[in-house]
Amino acid sequence: MAATLELKIIAPEREFFQGPAEFVEFNTTEGYIGVYPKHIPTTVVLNPGILRITNGNEVREAALHSGFAEILGDRITILAEAVEWPEEIDKNRAEQAKIRAERKIKENAQDASRAELALKRSVIRIQLAQKEK
Amino acid sequence: MASMRGIKRRKESVTSTQQITKAMKLVATVKLQKARTRAENNRLYFDMLYNTICSVLAMTGNSDNKYLRENDTAAKAVVVISANRGLAGGYNSNIVKLVDAQNFPKDNTFIYGVGRKGIEGLSRKGYQIHRDDSDVINEPLFSDAIELTKALLKEFEDGKIGEIYIAYTSFKNTVVHEPRLLKLLPLDEDDFKSEDDEAAFSDRLQMNFEPSEEEVLNNIIPKYLSSIFYGAFLAAIASENGARMQAMDSATSNADEMISSLSLQYNRARQSSITQELTEIIAGSEAIS
Repeated sequence: MAATLELKIIAPEREFFQGPAEFVEFNTTEGYIGVYPKHIPTTVVLNPGILRITNGNEVREAALHSGFAEILGDRITILAEAVEWPEEIDKNRAEQAKIRAERKIKENAQDASRAELALKRSVIRIQLAQKEK
Repeated sequence: MASMRGIKRRKESVTSTQQITKAMKLVATVKLQKARTRAENNRLYFDMLYNTICSVLAMTGNSDNKYLRENDTAAKAVVVISANRGLAGGYNSNIVKLVDAQNFPKDNTFIYGVGRKGIEGLSRKGYQIHRDDSDVINEPLFSDAIELTKALLKEFEDGKIGEIYIAYTSFKNTVVHEPRLLKLLPLDEDDFKSEDDEAAFSDRLQMNFEPSEEEVLNNIIPKYLSSIFYGAFLAAIASENGARMQAMDSATSNADEMISSLSLQYNRARQSSITQELTEIIAGSEAIS
């Protein structure tokens, strides 16, 4: 059995996930990174992306939208402002949000960065929801 | 001596008021329990965030971050969290009193109100209400806290406000709630000297930050504020319901007292009217014979 990381994902309303993982991937402001045990201590800021937790043959995915992660040797703590499992995603709502965000980007450049973030979020939700089926 | 009918009517009205206060107490108890679990769930997130800021600040030393620096604006913003509904004992007025006692200059202080009762109280005292988010307190979401943080930070970065405070009621336990005023921005570095276990702290000393310490700090501080707001919303709701529960409990027991003294009066009045009737009958029969 390979060495494992102790992964904790904490959202404001609940403890989202706690358990061992051999390999954790997520998106940061610097791009997607993957973390194995014995990683150098690092704190990173998250970008919207798909979180992938690998433990043995089991792979779980979740949509991770914003927050940051603290990697400390064999422990990772992810503080997420918004995080959800694929089964919690409402695909129709995500589709609507995507259309809304696209319109907003077209209409005014002033609020574009916010709309772009919303777009990214909705795209990730849709991606995950599709995989689920 | 009050009339028997009058006393009976009063007793009935007290009884029906007591039914209402009893029901309100039950509702507040249930809500309190719910709010308490939510507040506890949030605790973990907040503590982690706090520890991270501690370690970032310990690493960066005297950082000249925009959130730590004073800007030269005298204007202050105060986020005041109260309730939308009354009948909660001194809950709302204590918050208003606390803010009023700080002697903030009224024309240079912006109130960001959450909760109608607090807003009403402060505007009566002559404060400027800058923003009203009263609906939030009914069912606070984390996104509400983010919105509020964004609005405040924008004003702060534009130099329109120099200091940000929050006034809320912290929840100690069911009977003890304490109105509190905290200074949020500019952050005081001394607040983040973590005194807790050195061991946990020392493995953080070799921490790397990506993209950079400054970036991480700029990203974390708004999240920290949002989580303070969110935590304060939850604590305030728990305190509100705790205060209401207590107020309604004492109202119910007061009503009990009133009812027992009214029934005593009623029985005396009834007895005395019977005695009077008897005396009259006896006097009448004596007069005839």
